[in-house]
Amino acid sequence: MDGRDVAVTINGVRVRVPEGTMILQAARTAGYEIPSLCFHPDLRPNGTCGMCVVEIEGVGVRRSCCTPAGDGMDIRTNTPRVMDTRRTLIELILADHAADCPICDKHGKCDLQRIGQDLGIREIRMAPKEVFSRRSDGGIVLRDPNKCILCNRCVTVCTEVQGVANLTRIGRGYTSKIGTAFDLPIEDSVCVNCGQCVVYCPVGALSSRDDTREVRRSLADPGKHVVVQEAPAIRAALGEEFGLSPGAVVSGKMHAALRKLGFDRVFDTNFAADVCILEEGTEVVRRILSGSPDLPVITSCSPGWIKFMETFYPGLRSLVSSAKSPQQMFGALAKTYYPREAGLKPEDIVSVSVMPCTAKKFEADRPEMRSSGFKDVDYVLTTRELARMIKESGLRFEDLADAPADELMGSYTGAATIFGATGGVMEAALRTAYHLVTGRELENVDILPVRGMEGVKEAVVPLPLPDGGTLDLKVAVAHGLGNARRILDVIRNQLETTGRSEYHFVEIMACPGGCVGGGGQPFGSTLGTRAERGSGLYEEDRTLPSRKSHENPAVQRLYETFLGSPCSEKAHHLLHTAYVERERVHGRAAG
Amino acid sequence: MIPLMHVILDVGAEAEQAGARKFREVLEAKLRKEFLSEDVRIVESANLGVSGQGVCMLVYPDEVYYGNLKLSDADRIVDQHFINGKPVEELFLDSPEMRRLMAWRRREGIIKKGRGRVVLDNVGAVDPENLAEYKSRDGFRALAEAVRGGTPEGVLDTVKRSGLRGRGGAGFPTGMKWEAVREAPGDRKYVICNADEGEPGTFKDRIILEGDPFRVLEAMALAGYATGAEEGYVYVRGEYRTSIDRLENAIRKSREAGYLGRNILGSPFSFEVRVKEGAGAYICGEETALIESLEGKRGTPRLKPPYPVTEGLWGRPTVVNNVETLANVPPILRNGADWFRKFGTERSPGTKIYLIIGHVVSPGLVEVETTTSLRELIYGYGGGIRGRRRLKAVQVGGSSGGIFDPSVLDEAMHFDALKEKGGILGSGSMLVMDETTCIVDMVHGILNFFLHESCGACFPCRIGNERLVRTVNGFRSGSARPSDIDLLEEIASAMKVASYCALGQSPFLPLSTAIRYFREEFEEHVNGKCRAGVCRFKVLKERQEARRWTVVMSR
Repeated sequence: MDGRDVAVTINGVRVRVPEGTMILQAARTAGYEIPSLCFHPDLRPNGTCGMCVVEIEGVGVRRSCCTPAGDGMDIRTNTPRVMDTRRTLIELILADHAADCPICDKHGKCDLQRIGQDLGIREIRMAPKEVFSRRSDGGIVLRDPNKCILCNRCVTVCTEVQGVANLTRIGRGYTSKIGTAFDLPIEDSVCVNCGQCVVYCPVGALSSRDDTREVRRSLADPGKHVVVQEAPAIRAALGEEFGLSPGAVVSGKMHAALRKLGFDRVFDTNFAADVCILEEGTEVVRRILSGSPDLPVITSCSPGWIKFMETFYPGLRSLVSSAKSPQQMFGALAKTYYPREAGLKPEDIVSVSVMPCTAKKFEADRPEMRSSGFKDVDYVLTTRELARMIKESGLRFEDLADAPADELMGSYTGAATIFGATGGVMEAALRTAYHLVTGRELENVDILPVRGMEGVKEAVVPLPLPDGGTLDLKVAVAHGLGNARRILDVIRNQLETTGRSEYHFVEIMACPGGCVGGGGQPFGSTLGTRAERGSGLYEEDRTLPSRKSHENPAVQRLYETFLGSPCSEKAHHLLHTAYVERERVHGRAAG
Repeated sequence: MIPLMHVILDVGAEAEQAGARKFREVLEAKLRKEFLSEDVRIVESANLGVSGQGVCMLVYPDEVYYGNLKLSDADRIVDQHFINGKPVEELFLDSPEMRRLMAWRRREGIIKKGRGRVVLDNVGAVDPENLAEYKSRDGFRALAEAVRGGTPEGVLDTVKRSGLRGRGGAGFPTGMKWEAVREAPGDRKYVICNADEGEPGTFKDRIILEGDPFRVLEAMALAGYATGAEEGYVYVRGEYRTSIDRLENAIRKSREAGYLGRNILGSPFSFEVRVKEGAGAYICGEETALIESLEGKRGTPRLKPPYPVTEGLWGRPTVVNNVETLANVPPILRNGADWFRKFGTERSPGTKIYLIIGHVVSPGLVEVETTTSLRELIYGYGGGIRGRRRLKAVQVGGSSGGIFDPSVLDEAMHFDALKEKGGILGSGSMLVMDETTCIVDMVHGILNFFLHESCGACFPCRIGNERLVRTVNGFRSGSARPSDIDLLEEIASAMKVASYCALGQSPFLPLSTAIRYFREEFEEHVNGKCRAGVCRFKVLKERQEARRWTVVMSR
């Protein structure tokens, strides 16, 4: 697209749109929505559903999702012909869809349901279809083939956005379905549990494991002491479930709601994010200053990325920071440091986390995540699951008064809160690394080149060295595993050809937009929504009293009273981990 | 030595099953024994235009058809006919109808000229594996003239002026397609011959490929010359084993003789042809699905635009032409556009291969001008309806064509025929049905085919076809409601509007015409009546009823 505009007439309204704009989107400019089940603004259109047909004068009927608006086109989006077609189509789809709406995870957020309502379908003249295969398998990402409408969105996101290519279309014609290589159950496949397929599914065919039952049972058990942590990205998205706009930061209401739900201590993952920066930052600085060949250091907080790396780039394992993710650091501390401070027995503690992420459920279940001697994180809830618990308990979320988290493991800095957005970990780490290397404080903490929704961001950050020289720190940030592949291929190539990579520090987040775009976040998001959530986090960062992790008094106290120093032996035992190599077909640990 | 006699032996699937190969061995042995091997040449033909007659052969120069041959007949024919010059009348292809047909064909001179004047003139007349025989009938002359003294523009111009339209079904002007590819920017261009003939009851492309493969290669090279392509692919239906073998043989021999490969006949023009076997998916006859399959991917149609003429194989400009279309090209270039325009109508010049199949006396194919009426095709070339029955319906154009009653018999079968009546010429097949056919059952068969062949990529085709089959099944089993007739039309018309490719749009024509011309039959089925006695719903209903009683009794 060379930036030219084309003029089109849509239902009599003349609009100018950039050349290459699809008619469906041009129609939005003209004030018209065109229904579609397979189209999503973030994904390459595939034109499968046929709902978006429009009539073009002199051309005929075309799919508006994948027909570019041409100069001078006269387009009608709501003629009797196309509207009749849409009605028949939606009736066909509804007859072919296991419509158990009231018990469906997507109820109220389902595109099929919405369009069926919009088109006023009140009767289905066809017999419902027979269920053609069993309900979904176990694991974290759950499938219900009887609800699947084969729109291919999940395949597109899995293949083109995430570069995992686990999901594909199997079989032909009416009996075709979406599945994995060799039709393996998802939990036995190379699925990295990022949950993007769940987020992009227009209906309830894909969902994630629900752990609210177990959490509710623990809360009801008087013998248990239940502590909870919430990831940075929750606070910028939870409000959407209660009618607030994306990016509205609800930290206070979130803490208040959790307390009302009966959690004994409401802590915050942000605390652990600050710890994580000290551990990872120290590791980065050590590796760079010691001239280690294992460069760049690649971040390790995104469990979807970790499984992806273990499966597709196991050769780069030594580059990935050994620091656990904030969730698991918190979990290890919640059953060691916290009971010591609070005078509790670790076996009585139930550790719950609220995450924007489906892969976190997988991470918490990894066999090595038991460094406290117990399962470090017992249950992981997604943002959606927390919202359901709040709704179920009858809490009026919007009326709750703001409350802070409990201090011991709940205070946090601005550096921690931006963990939830792409580039945030990089920015937070640089703020502390500057201090670690120079002993001085960074004046302007806003490192703008690593922010934003660009797929791969690169920057060179000058770092004054103790010996008076300057190190040009070359950093890169990738979000979405497809983008990760781009930067990883460069690094792997550099290492293979020259033995060294030009990069020092690389942040990788599995999901587009970072954790704010995670697979556990509220449905109905676009890249735009994700950017707004990210902005909400940067806004909170700006308003917090401290914006550097090493300034967090609760973290300083942790090191003084319990861990000693970052990367100490105790810290290593509790806060660091190791990675495995996985089979390319089954995703199981090899050997 | 020039043979004195030719035996054209039918080795089509049917004849082959009846033992044509074994018969050939026996015949050859006998000829060897009589020292006649040099004088009688046996030529294999994919189809002699007869059906249901077992092992058949045609003997030249006497133009005698033998049918239902047993192995022991070989000796007799050689002794009595070949040596003593007395054709064995008891072994003639024989039935009262056949005799009538043969008499008619002789009277009309069809046996001489009806074998084809443009496309099929070599089929059955040359040894398809012999380059010299092809050349002896002006083969490769058009290519030689083009690369030696002609220009690509000249070739293109002649094809454009001839008014040749694509014979694959859509009837798009071939010259315009070639010109679009010629003008499309691109460092590489391709010519694809679509030989994935999957249309039920259509076998014209196979006849050409098996009977005259060199012609197709010559035409592809000419297309490459005119458009600037240097590589071609023939995408052949995988079941067409003989076609594939003969094509590969023809490619090899053409290359050895310099008609294909680098610097054809010493000119700067180079052209290579490769054969790709299809794997049995009907959808791969759709040109963009074919291209996907050729690229090694799943055969699903692409979004259009862009069309293959600008972004085809490997994203390069690509000509995709049907076999029959290409087979028209060498004679057009040899004889000129005006010669071609003498045949047929103004808007559909030339001849067309028509396949007359179903309940006719002599099913088969015929190449005649596009001015020929349906009546001539069925009653003349097809020999009329078999077994003294009456014509009930005819489906014109293949499984996606309209189903008509006899009121359309006098329509000429050119490309724009039946347009007003909701029909298409399609592949040129005429499926003739007598009164023993139940239209509802027949429509069910067609829809089942589409359901089976739907690739499943787009919603309207995937779900629509299943729903159509299920609804029509309701009529067959007696569970349909009167409103289901409208439902069928509604679903098919939504599929026509919203399907991704022609396959999903296909059910509309047969279904809507069947309902228009035979609505009564659908209504009768709602009331449990099948006038042809085909649908077993009564039996089913009775059994159902009986079973219900059994259940009640056993309680």
